[in-house]
Amino acid sequence: MSVDAATAAPALTVQGISKSFGERRAVRDVSFEIARGELVAIIGPNGAGKTTLLSILAGIQQSDEGSVAQPDGTTARIGWVPQQTAIYGKLTVAQNLRLFAKLEKVSDPEATVERMLDQTGLGERADEELGRLSGGNRQRVNIAVGLLADPPVLLLDEPSGALDPRQRERLWGFITALTQRGTAVIFATHDIAEAERHADRVLVLADGELLFDDAPAELKRIAQADDEHDLEQAFVGFLRDRGH
Amino acid sequence: MRWMLLKDLQILRRSKLLVGLLVVYPVAIALLIGFSLSSGPEKPSLAFLNQIPATQNTINFGDEKIDVKVYTDKLFDAVDRIDVENREQALEKVRTGEALAALIIPSDFVMKLSNGGFNSATVEVVYNGEALQQSFVESTVQSKLALADAALARQINKVASGYIKVITTGGEINALGQTFKLLGLVESKKLLDDTLQDASPQIARRLEPLQNFADIGVANIGRFNDVLNTVERPVEVDETVVSGRRTPLDTFAVALAVTVSLMFVCVLLASGLLALEREENTFSRLARGLVPGGWLLAGKVVLAAACAFVVTLVMLLGISAFVPLDYGRVALWILAIAASGIAFATLGVAIGSLAREVRAASLLALMLALPLAFLALVPSGGVSPVLYDVIQVISALFPFKPALDAINNAINAADASMLVALAHLAALTIAFGGAAYWGLRRFASA
Repeated sequence: MSVDAATAAPALTVQGISKSFGERRAVRDVSFEIARGELVAIIGPNGAGKTTLLSILAGIQQSDEGSVAQPDGTTARIGWVPQQTAIYGKLTVAQNLRLFAKLEKVSDPEATVERMLDQTGLGERADEELGRLSGGNRQRVNIAVGLLADPPVLLLDEPSGALDPRQRERLWGFITALTQRGTAVIFATHDIAEAERHADRVLVLADGELLFDDAPAELKRIAQADDEHDLEQAFVGFLRDRGH
Repeated sequence: MRWMLLKDLQILRRSKLLVGLLVVYPVAIALLIGFSLSSGPEKPSLAFLNQIPATQNTINFGDEKIDVKVYTDKLFDAVDRIDVENREQALEKVRTGEALAALIIPSDFVMKLSNGGFNSATVEVVYNGEALQQSFVESTVQSKLALADAALARQINKVASGYIKVITTGGEINALGQTFKLLGLVESKKLLDDTLQDASPQIARRLEPLQNFADIGVANIGRFNDVLNTVERPVEVDETVVSGRRTPLDTFAVALAVTVSLMFVCVLLASGLLALEREENTFSRLARGLVPGGWLLAGKVVLAAACAFVVTLVMLLGISAFVPLDYGRVALWILAIAASGIAFATLGVAIGSLAREVRAASLLALMLALPLAFLALVPSGGVSPVLYDVIQVISALFPFKPALDAINNAINAADASMLVALAHLAALTIAFGGAAYWGLRRFASA
């Protein structure tokens, strides 16, 4: 974390979020805050409610109860990078960025596109059709689209799921650079090792309930895992102890 | 909506196959329909065996002679004739498919026609058993046989009229190789009237029935020819169109082709464009308030309707090179095609809002559009009245029927029913627009 999370004002405050689909409660009374420049991982078993929580924070779905608040005076939209690339395969990299920049109503779309091409390192491939790029490069464009409006908070759903180790390393370098500039990043993942390596904090969700909200080391401590055990074992033990 | 429209155009431009199809389709359809309507049907090939001996080609009715060749020639102006030597050859031609049918005129044809009356003379037609071809050649041969029958009946009528004239007014008549002089009914009555003036009351009373017969005969002379005319042509068709005007088949075929093409382009394009947003997962981004749902739908409808409008208008202009269409009605064409296109495109986005991928949307659009087009063309009387009412209700729930009515009216002749069709299309546009919006919201919240 490059910005002191303890002293910075929260970039996002989530209060008492709940969401049900019919009889099933997907998210139950979830509350947390995230500071500027903080990197928070949401982990949990399949069906825990990670994607539902992120889509509520992104404004795609409405919660049944609770609120999502940004600091007073902040009107910027929260950045959103869905699990699967959400960009047009028949358009070029630049056309995709230009289209979403205009839809996001950024003040100078062309300058923004140039900046994002520069940041993602895709300047030389700007005129290539997206469908012809590798999965890693498509994901970089996917993330770049989420950052077009320079959002104070960025949400990523399973950002490295489809990437090979080298692409994953580049992706995390890119995300770390974002946090160093003050962007708060929340990502959902199945990869516990990735959460341990990169996240400042982990939120553990199970059956829609927030069971844990602290640093990865604290999760290991609570699960009574020694240094030889990794966070994944601590996480499994933690869930088992709580009946999940 | 402007940026989304531009984006969809960019995507269309890169989909070379789709764009190629949109360009080639109207040209190909216009040429096909144009050539079909302007060239007329091909003549079916018909094997012909005439077994009448050369010396018996003439039928004698009193002193009138009818050449059978005149009768058989009536049959061959609508078919390609293949002369054969015998019945086996005729059957072989049909079996091998060289001829679609064989017409055999038996050797006793003239004799039966002369002696046994008109109905007892028969000709034999052999078909090859392929349903479509048989139906085509059967209807051709039978219509030509009917014409030939009518021509023969006219000849017989002419001979009979001559006999009646001689019986009525007197004259000479040839029968059995001899010439007879006839007094005639009119002269016979005069002679009888003169004779009865001087006859005794007893003779006058005895001849009274004969005098009455002569009176009735002379008074009804004019009816004899009427009766013969009725026998020659017993039924005349008096045509009345109950509503609208009679539509020429050619221009109705044009209206139908335009409507079907408009439907396919609009429904497939609109459903595909909307489903693409879900297939590419971009809908989740757009649904965050970047593009309101209503605008997203309107953009797809406008683009699909505009593409289909250009395609069908080009097609219509292409067809007009072959089938004469009234260019003075172009404004009505534009109105009808635009209204129909928007209604079809709205149906398309309603379908697209239900599908998660383009292929599923296309399949759903085809499965829905094709049966509806067929249903809308079922004529009254073609099925039971209850089923027809059900079909009418189903057809009214989708845009094909009113679109066909509007376009047919625009091309052929506009009347009040065009306004009804346009109002119908507007109502369906609103209904399917609402359904599409509901489908989109349902997906967004799922």
